[in-house]
Amino acid sequence: MSENILSEVRRDYIYRLIKNGDRIGGRKADEYRDVSVETGIIARAEGSARVKIGNTDVLAGIKAQIGEPFPDTPDKGVIITNAELVPLASPSFEAGPPNENGVELARVVDKGIRGSHAIELEKLCLEEGGKVWIIFIDIHILDHDGNLIDASALASMAALTNTKLPYVRYEVGEEDEALLIKDTPLATTCAEIGGEIVFDPCLDEEDASNIELTVTTNANGDISGIQKRGAGKIPFGDISQIVDSSRRLAGELRKKL
Amino acid sequence: MQNRPEKLINDGVRLDGRGPDEIRPIKIEAGVLNRADGSCYIEWGGNKVLAAVYGPREAHPRHLQDSRKAIIKYRYNMASFSVEDRKRPGPDRRSVEISKVSREALAPVLMLEYFPRSSIDIFVEILQADAGTRTTGITAASVALADAGIPMKNLVSAISVGKADGEVILDLIREEDNYGEADMPVAMITETGDITLLQMDGNLTGEEFIKALNFAKKGCESVYKLQRRSLIEKYEKSCSD
Repeated sequence: MSENILSEVRRDYIYRLIKNGDRIGGRKADEYRDVSVETGIIARAEGSARVKIGNTDVLAGIKAQIGEPFPDTPDKGVIITNAELVPLASPSFEAGPPNENGVELARVVDKGIRGSHAIELEKLCLEEGGKVWIIFIDIHILDHDGNLIDASALASMAALTNTKLPYVRYEVGEEDEALLIKDTPLATTCAEIGGEIVFDPCLDEEDASNIELTVTTNANGDISGIQKRGAGKIPFGDISQIVDSSRRLAGELRKKL
Repeated sequence: MQNRPEKLINDGVRLDGRGPDEIRPIKIEAGVLNRADGSCYIEWGGNKVLAAVYGPREAHPRHLQDSRKAIIKYRYNMASFSVEDRKRPGPDRRSVEISKVSREALAPVLMLEYFPRSSIDIFVEILQADAGTRTTGITAASVALADAGIPMKNLVSAISVGKADGEVILDLIREEDNYGEADMPVAMITETGDITLLQMDGNLTGEEFIKALNFAKKGCESVYKLQRRSLIEKYEKSCSD
């Protein structure tokens, strides 16, 4: 919204570039920027990962603690996902409670993980109706150059994959155990600019677009989450092709885990 | 919390007797409030939803004003008594997200450039909830915008699709939403087929997704007819008065 520090000129430039089948940095329409994943970097966290997609930089940390289950699911553990768009990442981010973009980001990542059943919540139950593991996924955006959702979903999965539940610290076991991960749902996002679909939009491209579609897919190709964002519209016929590309690109991102 | 019914779908028949691609009874009435510039009341199955539109009016606070076009504000609010366990009043994370995507679902049809520096405020109150409240809200808001006389390119219609007991189904009820495998709200400009809201929670195969999308399109076509009729009825009534 008001993040548009990008001038009209820059927006026109990006628009014309894409119209001519080209893109900033010479990328293809379905080509990601360089993706790097680094895990286990925060010693105090149960699991952590830092993901860079181009200049976008995201850190996800996992903390686990023992608490009570929700009354309607006494035999299941709890996952809580939270995202902080911390002010150091962008001039448009402000300190304070998460705004709607932060809330949406966290919820899209959260729903992807839930929808895929990547974490078996029953396995997080220590004592039915009494004690369960509560897993906190906290996402910190460190540097914002677009496509925060894909970076956040990848960082969250990478961090979960290297999470150890602190059985010893909570005196509920002899040894810390690795968190069981059954699937690796990953988000892929595309933006529409001048009728063309480009994946992994950078910040300038996001500013030049008014529609983005995030599709979360599992290792077996099933869809575990979709979110259309932005004030634009998508032609009905374009959707299935986007989903197919998303599935293929998620497969490539999965190799980074 | 009630227990999960043993089966959500029995030989292709759902708990409320519908087939997989049938919608619930829908009643739409335009212009139901006196103070608002436009309004709409919908009863959609067990949902009771009221939408009101104010504006275009001066945008407040002023730093929100856009010198080129109107801004839209959308507030989705669930009444505390609308659900089984009392909902704590006020915005939560869910309603913040729903308000955002609903606003973005209506933006493509509104001719905002006619009203620079102003605000179009949309308020949606969920009085009684039975799954599909955000889509009912968008459907109501769209009629209320037309009722307010705001220039629009078209109406937006919305409906939810999903999956329960392994079957793709249209217009989920509460039990199907709570215990089913997927829920996918869709909003579209029915006449052009453009999609303005698409979300999915749960798990669908690629094939199921396409089937669900086609169910949603069919559902939106029915909803669109009812939206149009509600507006025509209102003006017929005001002409005969």
